[in-house]
Amino acid sequence: MPRLSDSMEEGTILQWLKQPGEPFARGEPLVEIETDKATVVYEAEADGVIASVLVPDGGTVRLGDPIATLSAEGVEPASTAPPTARPAAVADGRTTDFRTAIRDALDEALAADDRVVFFGEDVAVAGGVFAATPGLFEKYGPTRVFDTPISELALAGAAFGSAVSGLRPVVEIMFGDFLGLVMDSLVNQMSKYWFLTQGEVSVPVVIRSVVGGGGRFGAIHSQMPVSWFTGVPGVKIVAPSTPADAKALLRSAIEDDNPVLFFEHKRLYALESEVDGQRVPLGEAAVVRAGHDVTIVSAMRGVHESLAAAETLTASGVDAEVVDLRTIRPLDRATILDSLAKTNRLVVVEEGPLTGGWAGEVLALATEGGLGDLDDAWRIATPDSPIPYSPPLEDAHIPGAERIASEILARLGSR
Amino acid sequence: MPAPRAGVSATTRVESGPLDDLDLYVDLYRRMRLIRGFEELVQSLFLRGEVYGTTHLCSGQEAVAVGFASVLDERDRVAATYRGHGHALALGVDTQKLLDEMLGRATGINGGLAGSMNVTSPRDRLIGCFGIVGGSIAAATGAALALALRGTGGVAVAYFGDGAMNQGYFFECLNFCKVQSLPVVLVCENNGYGEYTAFESVTAGPIRARAEVMEVPAETIDGMSIWNVREAAARATEHARGGGGPYFVEAITYRFVGHSRSDSGKYRPPGELDRWRERDPLLVLRARLERDGMDASRIDQVDAEVEAQLAEHEQRGLAAPFPEPRAFSEFKS
Repeated sequence: MPRLSDSMEEGTILQWLKQPGEPFARGEPLVEIETDKATVVYEAEADGVIASVLVPDGGTVRLGDPIATLSAEGVEPASTAPPTARPAAVADGRTTDFRTAIRDALDEALAADDRVVFFGEDVAVAGGVFAATPGLFEKYGPTRVFDTPISELALAGAAFGSAVSGLRPVVEIMFGDFLGLVMDSLVNQMSKYWFLTQGEVSVPVVIRSVVGGGGRFGAIHSQMPVSWFTGVPGVKIVAPSTPADAKALLRSAIEDDNPVLFFEHKRLYALESEVDGQRVPLGEAAVVRAGHDVTIVSAMRGVHESLAAAETLTASGVDAEVVDLRTIRPLDRATILDSLAKTNRLVVVEEGPLTGGWAGEVLALATEGGLGDLDDAWRIATPDSPIPYSPPLEDAHIPGAERIASEILARLGSR
Repeated sequence: MPAPRAGVSATTRVESGPLDDLDLYVDLYRRMRLIRGFEELVQSLFLRGEVYGTTHLCSGQEAVAVGFASVLDERDRVAATYRGHGHALALGVDTQKLLDEMLGRATGINGGLAGSMNVTSPRDRLIGCFGIVGGSIAAATGAALALALRGTGGVAVAYFGDGAMNQGYFFECLNFCKVQSLPVVLVCENNGYGEYTAFESVTAGPIRARAEVMEVPAETIDGMSIWNVREAAARATEHARGGGGPYFVEAITYRFVGHSRSDSGKYRPPGELDRWRERDPLLVLRARLERDGMDASRIDQVDAEVEAQLAEHEQRGLAAPFPEPRAFSEFKS
């Protein structure tokens, strides 16, 4: 049962508008659902087929319970399809969505260490505007999980001051676009303190923030602010792409003694996968698809677009390797250079403006450390313009699987 | 007496009855004299090219830092400003190490990494001196959150100037502290000028009212008489420590020097500095001590001892080694 209103706990299937076996296109109405507030028509987030209906017309189920299984089988992957289009891993393992993985990591961290506190706007009683943190306030109480005024300066300042006074705060900045208001505390205070105290006092702060395009939020709620921060020594930048990594990396971030920016792509929140509980240290990239012909380096949602592109490319006989950075500062130099040594071609896919982005930093380290291995290298990023609102414009703005695949084919073919 | 400033009502307390503890006040006099002498030494070293970049001296404002520090205890934490040498010395930061920091030496309190504006000394309860106007308020807000949550009974104190009253940090943090009922004391050192600009010309309405509108107890005090500062500091910390939430003190004071090393203070109206010098906190306390029966020779002796102490610090500081250039690790591992 998808979340269709902030307060809904369950929903009733009024009518399935597609039947099992019936294909549907992205945006087509799938099912009519009654919530506590309204009757909502739920539209397909991607092309696909209904494999089976689990809750028939008239059935009522709790939020998060499955109502149907979907399949992308026999359907060409849409280039701009969000990762939720992937068939849910319905196999044997228990799957968790990205937002629940975040919640679980916070839950475990709060349970493990009473110095950990969590605060932000609407995160406690309401459970977060992206519904990522429900239940923590009820479990840990108002001294450890609390709502703040809409005051990012105070929020970030309180995170800094409490971190150098014995707490390990995790704060949520609702949209990454609001991080401009956090800049002073982060850049002038948090990132400098360990240095200035000559290693005596560190700043164990995690700033979680929701970023990225594809949500039709327009120019000032869709940005990818990573490159605003990549030039700040002393701040780690974490950018997971899967629920398992989100959970593992958030635990590691909270245990880290340095200030960490933890970015959550808003279009990944509904992504489901198995979460095995394995820990992942910060600063380690992962080769998520092995290949010989070209290395695609990306992060967050870009990893899924890159994987989809790699699948498309197999039809053309191109075997792409995909590296998921997972941490953007510090970069995992060794994994990038090792992959480059194998494939000799490097494309970096960054959702974020081309100029000044971290993709350029990856190319720089490849050039400095792997020039002899390099036959070709380039960047695929968003244009140097604000993000447009209208769906066809926004979809064209963000680098998708189709563009990645076609650019790779063009570059490889032209050699 | 200086003319009262527009928008504030300086409540100079009636100086009735002798000071409660003359020996204590002699110690506080010594501390203020040390700060004044330190600032004069830094200025002199700066002019000789031994102190680099810029410095912001607090000469004239010593009573606020020393008065508040005198009522704080080991549990408390302080966030100060880039005009922070006095705040640091009042808390007991080692004078030699602080001077060596100004001189950029390896023996400095921050190993020469910080300089004048960015001194930190957590062991001395000094979270740090903040080079961004209003940053101290944010740091104290967080410190108060930690002190309260950890059940320490400690209070966080933020010093800031009248200029910070127009920063978002002030409004956001005071509101945050109030709704969370955090043990924080906000001390506005109103020295009349935000950098080169008279505060009245850029500040709407009375300063204290900005706290009062959030139902935070607030008072405006004469920041040149240290006993007044001590009494206000005691009221403020008692309120915050007792669970009453934030407390706001506006201390009316004056800096006898420019904003920073490049400021000659041309914006001051003629005669203003001279009028405020009559209210020099050292003269004010000295007069009070003598009136209450302290022998002038004992105060003269303090002056002489501090002068000798600083001469020794200067000599040692100038002989101390500079740090060797080295690579710094980016992260704590």
